[in-house]
Amino acid sequence: MDTVKTKKVRDVRELSYWGSVFYRLRKNKMAMVSIVVLALIVLACVLVPMLSPYSYFVTNTDNKQMPPSVEHPLGTDDLGRDLLTRFFYAGRISLGIALIVVVLECIVGVIMGGVAGYYGGLVDAAIMRLCEMFMSFPFLMFVITVRALFGNSLVVLVAVLVLLTWPSVARIVRGQILALREQEYMQACEALGISDFRRIFRHLLPNVLAYVIVYATLGMASVILTETALSFLGLGVAPPTPTWGTLIQEARSRIVLVQRWWYWIPPGLGISVSVMCFNLIGDGLRDALDPKMKR
Amino acid sequence: MNNTAVKQETLLEVKGLTKYFPIQAGVFHKTVGHVKAVDDVSFTVKRGKTMGLVGESGCGKSTTGRVLLRLLEPTAGEVSFAGNDVFKADKRQLQRLRTQMQIIFQDPYSSLNPRLPVREIVGEAMLQHGIASGRRDMNERVIEVIGKCGLFPEQASRYPHQFSGGQRQRICIARALAVNPEFVVCDEAVSALDVSIQSQIINLLKDMQDEMGLTYLFISHDLSVVKFISDDVGVMYLGQIVEYGGKQQIFENPAHPYTEALLSAAPSFDPKARNNKKRIIMEGDVPSPANPPPGCRFHTRCPFAKDMCKEIVPENKELEPGHFVMCHKAHGLL
Ligand SMILES: Nc1ncnc2c1ncn2[C@@H]1O[C@H](COP(=O)(O)OP(=O)(O)OP(=O)(O)O)[C@@H](O)[C@H]1O
Ligand SMILES: [Mg+2]
Repeated sequence: MDTVKTKKVRDVRELSYWGSVFYRLRKNKMAMVSIVVLALIVLACVLVPMLSPYSYFVTNTDNKQMPPSVEHPLGTDDLGRDLLTRFFYAGRISLGIALIVVVLECIVGVIMGGVAGYYGGLVDAAIMRLCEMFMSFPFLMFVITVRALFGNSLVVLVAVLVLLTWPSVARIVRGQILALREQEYMQACEALGISDFRRIFRHLLPNVLAYVIVYATLGMASVILTETALSFLGLGVAPPTPTWGTLIQEARSRIVLVQRWWYWIPPGLGISVSVMCFNLIGDGLRDALDPKMKR
Repeated sequence: MNNTAVKQETLLEVKGLTKYFPIQAGVFHKTVGHVKAVDDVSFTVKRGKTMGLVGESGCGKSTTGRVLLRLLEPTAGEVSFAGNDVFKADKRQLQRLRTQMQIIFQDPYSSLNPRLPVREIVGEAMLQHGIASGRRDMNERVIEVIGKCGLFPEQASRYPHQFSGGQRQRICIARALAVNPEFVVCDEAVSALDVSIQSQIINLLKDMQDEMGLTYLFISHDLSVVKFISDDVGVMYLGQIVEYGGKQQIFENPAHPYTEALLSAAPSFDPKARNNKKRIIMEGDVPSPANPPPGCRFHTRCPFAKDMCKEIVPENKELEPGHFVMCHKAHGLL
């Protein structure tokens, strides 16, 4: 027994649940590379006001449509603004929107799904009908209508995205809780007199949270893509606030596409690289959170 | 305490235990009927003994076990455990009873949380009830109890998926025994296992019974297992115990046609017994417990049924000391 206690933690089987999750995640090279790449992008986006001498919105028509140079590594746009600076400011907005939307939809979804699954009966029926209602909204029509009614501020965009996505989370959580309640280990908990607190925080939540974390990571990718699509259609954030989607939208003409790659390649890369990173991390987490996976 | 003598005899006394599940239908979940899963069941279990509960699928065996432990709320009835009224226990008394009455489930897969290591699964209740004074103490106690159940100390850190079905059932037994219970409901505890593993687990249960003075309610549909482990046997049919008695009485001198039918349906490896045995074949399926037949519940399938059986519910009469039967024929009324 003493040998067990004093032995250094090296074997994955010696680790706690979350310890073993990180252990397995660390072994996933793709996920680790994605985390590093994403961390660099986020860091640059956060620090851009300190790193860049340019403003993202002050125009300078003397300096417009410049090709890449030493002063402007990615050139300038039609209004003479530094594109590299705008790229990182756009990243802030795009990633920021995605983060806020995902956090809010998960909070709303976990609460609604948890209540529905835990209490069941009429509460469950009511919440599920509400979910179905939101999920059956025609997405673009809804966005256009809301914009017409409330304007096109960031808050409205976030609200719309949260409103349309929380039902997926609620359904996952409800399904999990219903399935878990039937598990005999939850009944064993009751027979052993385990407190509600332990039952919720040690048995229910970790099992539900695993799914929510994976969903949230993949959800980041899908919100980035949705925001891009809306911006591209002119339904996104209003100028001069840049997002990766609006940067691409500004590069929509044929001449720009053919002759000025520095307009659209960087935001395109920004979107696809971060979406890919989120997807790889999500997959890595899914595997790492499953205790049946050995490595 | 002048009733200590009685206490030592009877550990668990069940009187008129009844559990109806409402059948709900429509948008407003209106109750349109009841599944009479357990209907007026009475029996006693003696301290240190094993009572077997047999019967076909759906006859209410598991429900009986779960209501006893208050995992389900009873519809009616009374359960007295070592002098305590289980159904009237308040929160604090119930927590105490939780350490005295335990259950082992059938499915060794869904009965262990896949996200916790064995140490936590087995030790959690020790911390909850203050049996272990801290994590270090818990660890030592866990290693001791899993050792008794045939697992090694280093396996305490493993997760359930790293074990075989039989080993998982050992973990389940360790978890139940971790709180030092007096009474354990084994609900089909070996039914999901290979025959060779079954005997190992049954022997483990027997050893633990001898060592800790446990009392078992052993639920199974496997007559040979029940015959091996039980002292007394109750035979359940459609929510009722139709015959109850000592193992000898039930297996060698069955009085209820249903018991005879179950025994003759069970494979026998003794050729002499096979030839001597009169075979009773039941007709048809088990009727729905939502709408049990009037009179004797078994009359729709009983080869001896007469008009009387269709109308009058048989009494639960004691044929010989300790041998109770609910059957007009056995009572000599047909
Ligand atoms: N939660 C429930 N809600 C409604 N009906 C139930 C519920 N649990 C059990 N029943 C019904 O009660 C009856 C008895 O079920 P129970 O599980 O006690 O049978 P059993 O004898 O243990 O059968 P098995 O051998 O299949 O485990 C069955 O008809 C079952 O459908
Ligand atoms: Mg059962």
